[in-house]
Amino acid sequence: MLGGMLTFFFLVIFGLPLAPSIILAILISTIVGITFERLAIRPLKNAKPIRLIIITIGASIFMRGAAMLIWGKDTHALPAFSGNDPLYIAQATILPQHLWIFAITILIIIASRLFFNHSIIGKAMRACAYNAQVASLVGIDVKIMVMLSFAVSAAIGSMAGIIIAPLTMTSYDVGIMLGLKGFCAVIIGGMSSGLGTVLGGLLLGLLEALGAGFISASYKDAIAFIILLLILFFRPEGLFKKKETERV
Amino acid sequence: MTKEKRQILIFLIFALALLITPFFLQGSYYLNVLVFIGIHTMLAVALNLLLGYAGQISLGHAAFFGLGAYISGILTTRFSLDPWLVIVLAAVCAATIAFVIGFPILKLKGHYLAMATLGFGIIIYIIFNETVSWTGGPSGLSGIPSLHIGSWIFDNDLYNYYLIWIITLAVMLLSINLSQSRIGRALRAIHDSEVAARVMGINARVLKVQIFTVSAFISAIAGSLYAHTMTFIAPASFGFNFSVELVTMVVVGGLGSIYGSFLGAAILTILPEFLRFFHDFDIIIYGLLLIIINMFMPGGLISGLQSLAEIAAAKMKGKTRGDA
Repeated sequence: MLGGMLTFFFLVIFGLPLAPSIILAILISTIVGITFERLAIRPLKNAKPIRLIIITIGASIFMRGAAMLIWGKDTHALPAFSGNDPLYIAQATILPQHLWIFAITILIIIASRLFFNHSIIGKAMRACAYNAQVASLVGIDVKIMVMLSFAVSAAIGSMAGIIIAPLTMTSYDVGIMLGLKGFCAVIIGGMSSGLGTVLGGLLLGLLEALGAGFISASYKDAIAFIILLLILFFRPEGLFKKKETERV
Repeated sequence: MTKEKRQILIFLIFALALLITPFFLQGSYYLNVLVFIGIHTMLAVALNLLLGYAGQISLGHAAFFGLGAYISGILTTRFSLDPWLVIVLAAVCAATIAFVIGFPILKLKGHYLAMATLGFGIIIYIIFNETVSWTGGPSGLSGIPSLHIGSWIFDNDLYNYYLIWIITLAVMLLSINLSQSRIGRALRAIHDSEVAARVMGINARVLKVQIFTVSAFISAIAGSLYAHTMTFIAPASFGFNFSVELVTMVVVGGLGSIYGSFLGAAILTILPEFLRFFHDFDIIIYGLLLIIINMFMPGGLISGLQSLAEIAAAKMKGKTRGDA
């Protein structure tokens, strides 16, 4: 949401061209993510998870409200990145924006895979997720890693908001449904499994579209959540992930 | 005075204060606000049993409230059943749903639990919106009859006030009792460490589902009462925002404090009335409240005030001792 709205803001209000607007929007979203981590999450490092959850929920409501105040309740459409003329590929009609979305998604997947599996920082981050105390023992700065992970996820999140905005339009309250569906996709695929998440996202989109076609379009969002509940009930570790035992 | 006696006294004073309040109020506006505070208190207490005592978050509690309201609304308007009977029916219905989904949902923890309850809430909300022939869809359901005992109809604000508050006080009393029973202690043990609680022989899984069911039962009663006092309901009152508002009430008032729930409900009901002119500001303020209270007053306002009072008392004591 922030990504889409900020891009719109720079593009239309300041009259900047598309590319710098996008970069600025991502930068600002990242800074917002880092600020949130610094101000609200870090001071409560040892708090019970339920407090952290309530705080993240509070923050997301707050940002949504702030965006509504600053930009109003109207929905805005971003211009497509490269025109609106549909392309015809083997009898299928595709908007150029779809291709942009595919390309950027694939890029992000590859980049995150490389980052998490082959760079020192990425490996350190995974170590923190696995066990923060041991990670700090081997010399990883857990604080920096947590901050970085907030930054990365804010940046990717805003990127997603930007590339989808030309199709779905953007407004102060698009984030919540998108965010929830993102979470659905992650849970379907299994936490911290890059490829699983992508497959989860694809599966979710497909089932939703099929459900909308066969049952009723008005229940489209309900279908996503029914799938979410079913997955959580029967395979909480995700469809594509091996079961892990939890230690206390 | 023993602890129990003091608690009974506090409750009696609290109840008496509420029961005589209407005599000091002019006009129906304030009574109306107080009726809302009563309904919200009932809901906040119900959620507090789950969130504050057992430590399990629910972002879908508005759904149970809505289920109570809609079951009451539909059965009384379309089938002309007796409203009192329907209230019990609705509560049992919501409790049954909570019991059935409770087992798989409460196995989850943390963000997963938040997401699952949220998902449940949204599914119910979509059903309210889409089953137009039953619920009237987004434009709502009207003409729900007021409650009555014999020929005595609860159709003015004063009667509604007493109706709602007597039931709310009963709910509060039950919850206070529950929280101090063996079950209450077991729930707090689950809150602190589920594994440790299980090691001590507490059946955490069943207990969590039971408290979830009780919580849904109370929420549904609140929903039915809401439907009968307002005589009109629309899905917008039972959406995600309201679930968040409920969590805010519990957190602001104090996790695990029944009077805290009353305080939280009162503050969050009165606040929007004051913020009328900043229409739409309320959601930002809820967000900020959630963050700030959680960061600086993890026990909520009630325990925040208590510790302030203790500090003040300690200072006074120190002073007198110093003088002597």
